[in-house]
Amino acid sequence: MINATLKALSQQLAAKAVSSEELAGLYLDRIAALNPTLNAFISVDRDKTLAEARAADALRAAGQAGPLTGVPIAHKDIFCQQGWKTSCGSKMLDNFVSPYDAHVIEQCRAAGLVTLGRTNMDEFAMGSSNENSFYGPVKNPWDLAAIPGGSSGGSAAAVAARLAPIATGTDTGGSIRQPASHCGVTGIKPTYGVVSRYGMVAYASSLDQGGPLAQTAEDCALLLNVMAGFDQRDSTSLERAKEDYSRDLNAPLSGLKIGLPREYFAEGLSADVAGVVDGAIAELKKLGAEVVEISLPNTQLSIPAYYVIAPAEASTNLSRYDGVRYGHRAAEYKDLVDMYEKTRAEGFGAEVKRRIMVGTYVLSHGYYDAYYLKAQKIRRLIANDFKAAFEQCDVILGPVAPTAAFNIGEKSDDPVQMYLSDIYTLSVNLAGLPGMSVPAGFAANGRPVGLQIIGNYFGEAKMLNVAHQFQQATDWHQKAPAL
Amino acid sequence: MSLTHQDVARIAKLARIAVTDEEIVAVGAQLNNIFGLIEQMQAVDTDGIEPMAHPQDVSLRLRDDVVTESDRRAAFQAIAPQVENGLFLVPKVIE
Repeated sequence: MINATLKALSQQLAAKAVSSEELAGLYLDRIAALNPTLNAFISVDRDKTLAEARAADALRAAGQAGPLTGVPIAHKDIFCQQGWKTSCGSKMLDNFVSPYDAHVIEQCRAAGLVTLGRTNMDEFAMGSSNENSFYGPVKNPWDLAAIPGGSSGGSAAAVAARLAPIATGTDTGGSIRQPASHCGVTGIKPTYGVVSRYGMVAYASSLDQGGPLAQTAEDCALLLNVMAGFDQRDSTSLERAKEDYSRDLNAPLSGLKIGLPREYFAEGLSADVAGVVDGAIAELKKLGAEVVEISLPNTQLSIPAYYVIAPAEASTNLSRYDGVRYGHRAAEYKDLVDMYEKTRAEGFGAEVKRRIMVGTYVLSHGYYDAYYLKAQKIRRLIANDFKAAFEQCDVILGPVAPTAAFNIGEKSDDPVQMYLSDIYTLSVNLAGLPGMSVPAGFAANGRPVGLQIIGNYFGEAKMLNVAHQFQQATDWHQKAPAL
Repeated sequence: MSLTHQDVARIAKLARIAVTDEEIVAVGAQLNNIFGLIEQMQAVDTDGIEPMAHPQDVSLRLRDDVVTESDRRAAFQAIAPQVENGLFLVPKVIE
């Protein structure tokens, strides 16, 4: 039961082979046993979860259940959820119990999903290793010495360790895809504007996008159906007709054109990861796909452009943490400015402070054109690269990260080294495209490696089709760590 | 470009983050490394390129000028550090 997919659990619940309460109990017991080792969850509340599960069972008994009613889900601690602590991995929000629900949470509630708990993450989603959490690092379930990736590391580790069948995440520069790759699970970052950012604690608003993590592409499609949708309260939410992301899962891949960006297979890519990606491409060729070489010449520039735009937007967004309306306030201060400065010095961790300071500088008087505007122009160049590439292919394939998961502590003293490892994921956010990670093999040290699939705008159904067909032909996504 | 300790102190002040002298030294070195990475951008010719703010280049929607929020003052103030008579309290600003 613990290895069951969302699809399977939904069928078992419909057949009344198991109740939602039994299912929630099963996962809660597993969380209680394994979370002290993995640290994937920040908050768990057994009574609250079981009450939600009983309500789901009552709906089913009354004949009012939807297809996903009663299935348990773990939420990244970035989505405001009424009555739950929403810490965003920060001391600043350690005492913040949200008075309202994010749009994503409302949608999950309406679908009858049962909250198992709130997953650990890099503070304010800033990080690629989950080492930046106020609540301590998450351990990779495949190897406790390894990072799980970040920032949605708790969500990815929870799904990998079967502490939850599905989880929500957010991706600003790779924060769904990279931990999915490092933990051997499937995750998708939708096209910017598809999932509402309302109630999702803001990091870099022009890049932030919520999305699902699960064992399979099919499960991701089902959960994305729940999460996506227009929402008036997010000013960048796109007004589009509701779509069924699972509609093309079973389409054959014959004639599919796969673009391989030469810049993604150049210097810097480890032999381990290159081997896994090559193997996955060979598998897709067997399924009828054709390969074309493409070029994304501005790939390297995604790092500086991202590390200007994201910190600039973060410095603005995080100015709200002033110790006045909610969150941490310093105990002692001599005046208002002193209160702000002490509150923020105490409440934020080192990486968050660094990014706020980078952002403050690039937006300060006289520097806006040289940094933020310049980065937005480069952002256009990066988007134009993809536009040209998609005239030659249907999807783009490549690695998610240059190496399998590195060791905890290996890069934590060197922010620049950490930033460089985001090379294959950042440009997708800058262009606003959808991207996903699919389990595709293992490195020599036994750590999982994902395959990245990048789609054209609103190409989620096509990407999920490719991923699902790959998963019909391979069993990497069914491998689970021994715990 | 290289940020001096004075620059770092000024940035921290603008960001309203208290920093100690030791932190200024450590953070200054890290910020200079980060800006070393960022400076790569300056070599790129972006003349005539339109800056991109939203991937779909959509402009912000306007909505009808009607009240959409309900009164949730009690719930919002229940989580505030210090309130009185429905107001958020801060240290005295004007003597």
